[in-house]
Amino acid sequence: MAETDRAPGGWSAATRKATGLRAVRPAIRGWIHSVETGAAADGPGIRYVVFLAGCLMRCRYCHNPDTWHMHHGRPTTSREVLDEIGRYAKFLIHAKGGVTLSGGEPLVQPDFTHAILRGAKEMGLHTALDTAGFLGVHADDALLADVDLVLLDIKAFDEARYRDLTGVALEPTLLFARRLAAMGKPIWLRHVLVPGLTDDPTEIAALADFVAGLGVVERVDVLPFHKLGEFKWAAEGVPYTLADTPPPTPDETERARLIFRARGLFTV
Amino acid sequence: MTIAIETPVRADAWSGFQGEAWRKEVDVRGFVQANYTPFHGDASFLAGPTARTTALWAKLAELLKQERAKGVLDVAADRASSITAHDAGYIDEAAELIVGLQTDAPLKRAIMPNGGLRMVEAGLEAYGFALDPVVREVWTKYRKSHNQGVFDVYPPEVLAARKSGVVTGLPDAYGRGRIIGDYRRVALYGVDFLKAERQRRFHELDDAVFDDATMRAREELSEQFRALGELVEMGAKYGCDLTRPAANAREAIQWTYLGYLAAVKEQNGAAMSLGRVSTFLDIYLARDIEAGFLSEAEAQELIDDLVVKLRIVRFLRTPDYDQLFSGDPTWVTEAIGGMGEDGRTLVSKTSFRFLQTLFNLGPAPEPNLTVLWSTELPEGFKDFCARVSIETSSIQYENDDLMRPSWGDDYGIACCVSAMRIGKQMQFFGARANLAKALLYAINGGRDEKTGKVVAGGFEPITSDVLTFDEVMAKFDPMMDWLAKTYVTALNCIHYMHDKYAYERIEMALHDRDILRTMACGIAGLSVAADSLSAIKHAEVHVIRNEAGLAVDYRIDGEYPAYGNNDDRADDIATWLAETFMKKIAAQPHFYRNATPTQSVLTITSNVVYGKKTGATPDGRRAGEPFAPGANPMNGRDVKGFVAAGASVAKIPYACALDGISWTASATPDALGRSAIEREKNLAACLDAFAMADGHHVNVNVFDRATLVDAMEHPELYPQLTVRVSGYAVNFVKLTREQQMDVISRTFHTTM
Repeated sequence: MAETDRAPGGWSAATRKATGLRAVRPAIRGWIHSVETGAAADGPGIRYVVFLAGCLMRCRYCHNPDTWHMHHGRPTTSREVLDEIGRYAKFLIHAKGGVTLSGGEPLVQPDFTHAILRGAKEMGLHTALDTAGFLGVHADDALLADVDLVLLDIKAFDEARYRDLTGVALEPTLLFARRLAAMGKPIWLRHVLVPGLTDDPTEIAALADFVAGLGVVERVDVLPFHKLGEFKWAAEGVPYTLADTPPPTPDETERARLIFRARGLFTV
Repeated sequence: MTIAIETPVRADAWSGFQGEAWRKEVDVRGFVQANYTPFHGDASFLAGPTARTTALWAKLAELLKQERAKGVLDVAADRASSITAHDAGYIDEAAELIVGLQTDAPLKRAIMPNGGLRMVEAGLEAYGFALDPVVREVWTKYRKSHNQGVFDVYPPEVLAARKSGVVTGLPDAYGRGRIIGDYRRVALYGVDFLKAERQRRFHELDDAVFDDATMRAREELSEQFRALGELVEMGAKYGCDLTRPAANAREAIQWTYLGYLAAVKEQNGAAMSLGRVSTFLDIYLARDIEAGFLSEAEAQELIDDLVVKLRIVRFLRTPDYDQLFSGDPTWVTEAIGGMGEDGRTLVSKTSFRFLQTLFNLGPAPEPNLTVLWSTELPEGFKDFCARVSIETSSIQYENDDLMRPSWGDDYGIACCVSAMRIGKQMQFFGARANLAKALLYAINGGRDEKTGKVVAGGFEPITSDVLTFDEVMAKFDPMMDWLAKTYVTALNCIHYMHDKYAYERIEMALHDRDILRTMACGIAGLSVAADSLSAIKHAEVHVIRNEAGLAVDYRIDGEYPAYGNNDDRADDIATWLAETFMKKIAAQPHFYRNATPTQSVLTITSNVVYGKKTGATPDGRRAGEPFAPGANPMNGRDVKGFVAAGASVAKIPYACALDGISWTASATPDALGRSAIEREKNLAACLDAFAMADGHHVNVNVFDRATLVDAMEHPELYPQLTVRVSGYAVNFVKLTREQQMDVISRTFHTTM
């Protein structure tokens, strides 16, 4: 047993392979906050998640305010990111997973995002883009061609509430959703349930009608609001306005899910 | 004995069995291979607990509650234990299907002074019991113990190393354990057959040169023969005729268990594994089910009843011991599943039935159910294992694809992670050496950083204010030589004396005469040492010395790559440490009984005590802070998630740690996926990935941190909450407060 044959793609130095393809494409510079090598909730199977730094929205319940500013991340290149992903490629394929670009808002850095997506596709990996859709126009058709799944976060469905919650307009997100629908691009819709803020049944019903009408939404994740990120707000020096807001009860969460289910949507 | 299930006893115990070779010679593997039925289905066939099982467990739960309150429920302090010392004992004689207790009452512990009288006395005193004066007189005046023998020969450096904690957990005061008798032999052959075989082996040596080795072999064979006779006598107390082979499933389970029971009546071993019995027993269960003698519910009931017995194996130990190995562990390890060398899976329906006990009786740390994982295992079994892990956190996984090439397809797991061919191999258990502390000794020239006393003589300290990698490595290398020498010397002393004064008669009677012996050394503090060296190499580490000039603390300027992030800069150091220390062990001039040296990276819960005994380290760990368990990355330093952490651990080559490399991973349920099915599939995929990457062992814990915090505050609400800790499982509420805090502070992957 002197030499063992390590199986999955490049878990060891001995079996790490350069694809050749990436070597000739110029590396795009970008900023990332962190990576997570084994996420199970950000797309199908087990995901390698790249959290890109930088976001224009200021969602009141944001649990990653430390990703708001691009320069709070660390500078890197698409080539470096892809080399690292390459070490897990075989595993990700076996685990029926892939790569998810999240953030922050990946579409703040569309060229960098696209370079990573393209490289991941060249490795044969499933790709997911986790976005709030506000910057959907940054995603050109070539970029979306390298996306297998969009995790689209629609945070509210009432224009005024959306702006109050996020600091930006709702319309660009809805336009992006319709564009994805027209392309036939699969969507997993995400909606964070915040008591008193995003749990109005009438508004959720309107959102659910819209989502059902898209015809490409494969799944709806209703995510109960949590305050695990609260401490990060203090670190950013920004007041946290939801300190007294409780997480929704399991019953409340289930009721919101039922609204989606009633429209034939698969919810988890 | 009242019997709930009446199954006919066949006149020909082997009727219907296939194969020839195993009939003439002891060959359990041959029997299994010729007769077992691989199972490729899912868990839907399984049966829940019967009313009898539930009632019996409830009765025991009451006693377990009393035991938790008192620490030790009762002790038979009036006599030294032996295979036949105690009368038959029952939980509820009328309701038990599988019988046999270590003493005459459940949870009443036996005393075994052969290992060491001091340990017995300290254990009794700690829990308010008194030793019988006759027993004390025998073991002070007329009979020497293993413990006395060891201390008669220890050299001063071993005593100093032992005291400072640079070597800890040596089995020099109690039974060494980690020997697995092939208890299946009792069922398959009956004791008469086995006695005749021992006799034949004995007489094969009649014309040998009567040197030390021959005489020792002959004396041991005689002892084994005698122990087999005592096993028959003990069986008779329970109404079982062990002279003949088991003739139905219930007898097969009973006979196997009585073989095991004899071992735990005779030895207070550090770990007393059961072996690999499930698929062996499946052959008997399948035969009886096919003949219409048993239903699925009855088959499950028999396994449940066996597991009830295995859950209440107890040894009397001291509070000191509990600090090291907390939660009253016995390591009744049963290896389940795996693949055969012929490519057929060794998963049988009874592999499922053993795991099902965790649902039927609730979660429990014992028996230490160990799944031999292979990427080739049937999907239905993989999914079920994942479900059991997610719901009970009670099982561990070891990489069968990695071990099979070394140990074949009939190995068991001794203690936590150590593979050995059943009945053909044993190990001399060696606890572990503290590499992190040895690194501090290199910096301080052999002086202990806590006491200032010289432990390793003849070394010069580092005097510069900033540590340079080359200087530290130049000092560390000979310090590891010193550590390896001191450590192996201690192990030679221990095992020589254990064979002499506390020989495992019945366990060795259930081995072949000629076996492979390994000397299982171990290391602790791997991640601390690796990160320390990485810090010295990649950042600037300043030494802080006390007035006596002793380096007692460190200040780090800059950042360093930490082990556990799939970053070769740090991971290569960990690999280098493991490989280098193994080489230094292997270079020692003598191993008792020509044992083959091996190594483990495993701490069990002793990572807390090791940390306590080790001063501040150059990685930034504070003095006294716990180490990470086993081969785990240090708490909180693995920032890229479960997969990257596992990849780092998997890089430590099994070839340099054939005794096992332990990783404990904890995840919240949400981290595994949003639905039950997703969680099962994702966990199974992760286990596959770890196996494919040559990872050796992984404990899987799935629960919320909040559950543990609540259990710490309200232990009465969580009597069965089980967590896996570096190679074994414990009742969380039985851990010391410090260890509970350690488990809670450990990295929880909120994503995998």
